[in-house]
Amino acid sequence: MSKSILFGKTLAELNEICKQIGLPGFAGKQIAQWLYQKEVYSIAEMTNLSLKSRELLAQKYEVGLEAPIKVQVSADGTKKYLFQAKAGNFIETAMMPDNDRKTVCVSSQVGCKMGCLFCMTARQGFQSNLTAGEILNQYRSISEWAEITNLVYMGMGEPFDNIDEVLKSLEILTSDWGYALSPKRITVSTIGIIPGMKTFLEKSNCHLAVSMHTPFEEERKKLMPIEQVYSLEEVIEHIRAFDFGLQRRVSFEYIMFKGVNDTPRHVKELIRLLNGLRCRINLIRFHPIPDSPLQGSDDETIMEFKDTLNRKGIITTLRASRGQDIYAACGLLSTKELVKKQEKDY
Amino acid sequence: MQSLNPVLITDSQPIANKAFLLQFNRTFIFKPGQIIGITTQKEIAPRLYSICSTPNDATVSILYTIKEDGVLTPQLSALKAGETIWITQPQGKFLFDGKPSWWIATGTGIAPFYSMFQSGQKPLKLIHGGRTQNDLYFHQEFQALTDYIKCCSQDSGNGIYAGRLTKYIDEQESLPPHINYYLCGSAEMVVDVRNLLIKKGAEYHQIITEIYF
Repeated sequence: MSKSILFGKTLAELNEICKQIGLPGFAGKQIAQWLYQKEVYSIAEMTNLSLKSRELLAQKYEVGLEAPIKVQVSADGTKKYLFQAKAGNFIETAMMPDNDRKTVCVSSQVGCKMGCLFCMTARQGFQSNLTAGEILNQYRSISEWAEITNLVYMGMGEPFDNIDEVLKSLEILTSDWGYALSPKRITVSTIGIIPGMKTFLEKSNCHLAVSMHTPFEEERKKLMPIEQVYSLEEVIEHIRAFDFGLQRRVSFEYIMFKGVNDTPRHVKELIRLLNGLRCRINLIRFHPIPDSPLQGSDDETIMEFKDTLNRKGIITTLRASRGQDIYAACGLLSTKELVKKQEKDY
Repeated sequence: MQSLNPVLITDSQPIANKAFLLQFNRTFIFKPGQIIGITTQKEIAPRLYSICSTPNDATVSILYTIKEDGVLTPQLSALKAGETIWITQPQGKFLFDGKPSWWIATGTGIAPFYSMFQSGQKPLKLIHGGRTQNDLYFHQEFQALTDYIKCCSQDSGNGIYAGRLTKYIDEQESLPPHINYYLCGSAEMVVDVRNLLIKKGAEYHQIITEIYF
């Protein structure tokens, strides 16, 4: 019988496990420290637990860290890691160094249900949700993990479609018994699933990023089917109603598509839509995926778009393109690797 | 949390393998194509379902299939008439604008189209996909359409196109110009069909999609 995985359990879950197998009450916190603050790969290494406790724990559990099965290194230092998931699927993780920062971009699902027109992951369909342990393993099991300064949930999948496991992973990352990272170093990105976003805002202090890509409803519907269900206008209404305080940040991701969302009309509408909201816009260059009807805007248009927004008082940055030579955009590598075994239902 | 209101189930019947039709009294106004959140207990987050009845019906009908590893649908399927469920207000903008269009659906993705069809709205063509004819919910009613294509990947005969609906679409010599395409079903189907339509010459802005999540 396969053993259950300890890595990715919250302190409350570890305490419950200890209670069930008859370990002392303080053992849960000790196990958490071994899992998240010390570099152990087995229960046998948890030496401040009694031998009997370790034996009891090891009967049903294992640590469960999984090394990546593949890594690609870009000329710019970006690394793309591939982890094995269940049923012949793959999890993608990117690590992007930038001067004294190292950012890891983690996936929250294998595949995605959201069907965005510009996204390669969408072409896999949805395979499965990742557990908190599988999410955290993408951080802990890469060779640079101890040097990571920032985490972004912008890999494969929609984090708020897997809100419970994402929140557990954030709890482990930011708790003093866990990795004790500042929530200000973590950003979770969503396409705007409002119930999940509200839960995230209430239960976490991490930054929020919203994939916007156009301020116009009819255009957004064609790019992002979620607009049919949760409109951008409603998303922004909820964000306006929430007190982000001075430290917590909300940003809007905006991929620049040539002739689609890069015109002065879009600038004008963005200014109207975000008027008075303390936020920033991150512009992203689009690197076409195979058979896409969309093309990326040219640099001149992007810079003009950015400068106009900044002049109008909306802090707007342009994200540097990273790892283009290794397909670092999410979904490209794993879709290439994916072995589709399941039958289609149509 | 979205506000939830209790309603009494008036009927709950299996209509095919793992597929159920749930009904309750209508207490709100909605448009064909809209969705509603449903849960069995206030503590469980509601899931979204397309409404498959019409805005004039006294009862609201919801088509769903049991997900064996799901939290909600096994509980829903065990409920009987007279028991309570919790619902949100209707929402969503997957609305038919009346322009010439193809409707393309698989599985419970047929639900919004059934609501539209029963409300008097009609497509140029409905392409309905499933493994077998039993998976083509409401196929008998849809026979009234002028152009109704039943695509079954594991069934044949009796007016069935034997093959996936993607194969049927791919075999069309050309797509009619200037029409819209409404897609509803799993993310995988929606993305596959959208890519196929674009490959065959449709513009992406002619394609209106509803996804399940």
